[in-house]
Amino acid sequence: MTTDTAPATAPAPPSDERVRKVGAISRLLSRPEVGAIAGTALIWVFFAIVAWDNNFASWVTTAAIFNRAAPLGILAIAVSLLMIGGEFDLSIGSIVGFAGMTIMVLVFPTEGGGFGWALWPAILVALIFALAIGLFNGWLVKVTKLPSFIITLGTLFVFRGLTIALTRLITNRTQLGGADEVSGFALADRLFAAQIKVFGASFRISILWWIALTALATWILLRTKQGSWIFGSGGDANSARNQGVPVDRTKIALFMTTAFAGFLVAMIQVVQFTGADTLRGRQQEFFAIIAVVIGGTLLTGGYGSAIGAFFGALIFAMVQQGIIITGVDGDWFQVFVGGILIVAVIFNNFVRAKAAQR
Amino acid sequence: MSGNGTPLLEIKNVSKFFGSVIAIQDVSAFVRAGEVTCLLGDNGAGKSTLIKVLAGVHKPTEGEYFFDGEKREFSSPREALDHGIATVYQDLAMIPLMAVWRNFFLGAEPTKGWGPFQRYDVDFAKETAISELGKMGIELRDPDQTVGTLSGGERQSVAIARAVYFGAKVLILDEPTAALGVKQAGVVLKYILQARNRGIGVIFITHNPHHAYPVADHFVILRRGTVYGDFTKEELPLEQLVQMMAGGADLEVLQHELEMASREGEEGAEALAETAEAISSELEELGEG
Repeated sequence: MTTDTAPATAPAPPSDERVRKVGAISRLLSRPEVGAIAGTALIWVFFAIVAWDNNFASWVTTAAIFNRAAPLGILAIAVSLLMIGGEFDLSIGSIVGFAGMTIMVLVFPTEGGGFGWALWPAILVALIFALAIGLFNGWLVKVTKLPSFIITLGTLFVFRGLTIALTRLITNRTQLGGADEVSGFALADRLFAAQIKVFGASFRISILWWIALTALATWILLRTKQGSWIFGSGGDANSARNQGVPVDRTKIALFMTTAFAGFLVAMIQVVQFTGADTLRGRQQEFFAIIAVVIGGTLLTGGYGSAIGAFFGALIFAMVQQGIIITGVDGDWFQVFVGGILIVAVIFNNFVRAKAAQR
Repeated sequence: MSGNGTPLLEIKNVSKFFGSVIAIQDVSAFVRAGEVTCLLGDNGAGKSTLIKVLAGVHKPTEGEYFFDGEKREFSSPREALDHGIATVYQDLAMIPLMAVWRNFFLGAEPTKGWGPFQRYDVDFAKETAISELGKMGIELRDPDQTVGTLSGGERQSVAIARAVYFGAKVLILDEPTAALGVKQAGVVLKYILQARNRGIGVIFITHNPHHAYPVADHFVILRRGTVYGDFTKEELPLEQLVQMMAGGADLEVLQHELEMASREGEEGAEALAETAEAISSELEELGEG
């Protein structure tokens, strides 16, 4: 109506001029995953040159990198959603151990102290347990209003401890094998542990699960209302709540998502290694967070991407594989990973500051 | 505009306690369609608590809440919003790192498709946000521009445009002009009048009587958690309003200090006079709008 009088238009031109200055490069840089993609290329080139004689640039090594990255990647995708939603889940590694052991204790022969179930019902029970743990994490964070970092640091130890204690109590062991002798294994093997030959190298089917989850997570983030709720809950939970976003429900769903990812990895590993170990999944919670941060997601929430987490996991596996095949002592791996993490965070902050200026 | 119609939104004898703290006590206020009710109060008067009660964030400890003549008890801001009670907060309820169009539709995302294939109608959201903001005089070059890159006045206008677009019947504005310069505050005041002229009941919360006076039909003055006074515009000249806000004695001291300060430099006095003139002419203009 009267929008075009002097006071309305006077302050507008300068801000428009500022907006116009945006170049194609800074717009590209404002995508959170750009740093991780560039990093992937850089690190690949680095190892391709340094480890040329060790055949780094080969299909066999590529397959080894992807096979290594897939389980971590599956965890990282879920963790990236949770971290964009402004929360942490340090218990995800323990969920991997707990869910895997649940499956094995249930299918283990009764003479060995197990329950002698078929594989699929055991998998279903493990799924329910994992989702219940996720629900418990989310509910506890909601009710206590404590940082999820603390809550899940607690559940990290609770569920790792329960896994070891209960397994030993029931079966008197810490490792259970023989999953391949259980009914239902053949189908599970085809779905979760099959190998696909490409140019003579064996790629595991878990890579497809990883890629599918990345695509699904990206679609959810960018093309569903729940995606907006995740960004909103992490960006400013109070503001989002005031706008009518169901913040608590969103966050609980995210905790259940990371628990589901923990279950999926546990199941894949049970089938792949035909057994479970009470220590499986240990430290994966930290590796997943590192992969997510390398992928450009902010530790403070509200900003990030699943595609970034995909490349973060890939970088992680690439460094691991590169160090193994160059014959450098594996002890140096942690030094490398820690260094990359710090560089990635500095780089991300720089990129975000650039993006915010435009 | 100011008529004798039934109030669109009304609270009667509302109190809110937090433990032993009495945030507001025995507060009554109302707004009619096509009117602006101004809630005035200095810091600590209980404005923030009152807004949260009106918006459905807090349930009142005591008292009654009427909307459209019916008694209500909202359990969430979403529920209040569904009835057409939209609140624009001081912090604007916006996510700085989020694109403007996403913020515009946050919590009320348009969707297309069915069942598991239901998805965010991104094209519609972008187009609508851009056109609605265009009506408010904000030109977005880049639809993916984040809210963090907008100025304070622009953010405020986005928030008001959003509430109006979503069919607000009552618009609750929490200090919309507090952080703005003179011109931008003027722009926002104009949007308040626009909303009023569309038949929306506006509850305008402020501590600035000079912003309140030109747009309000009705004033409720809060002091230390209770209603100090309830007046229509005809009953209350601006000067008296200002005095009530600050407490007469305090203000006289302040006025004296200001006079002393302006006497110290002739230039300063001239500048003050110019500003005063600019403001008063702008306010007149706004009053007509």
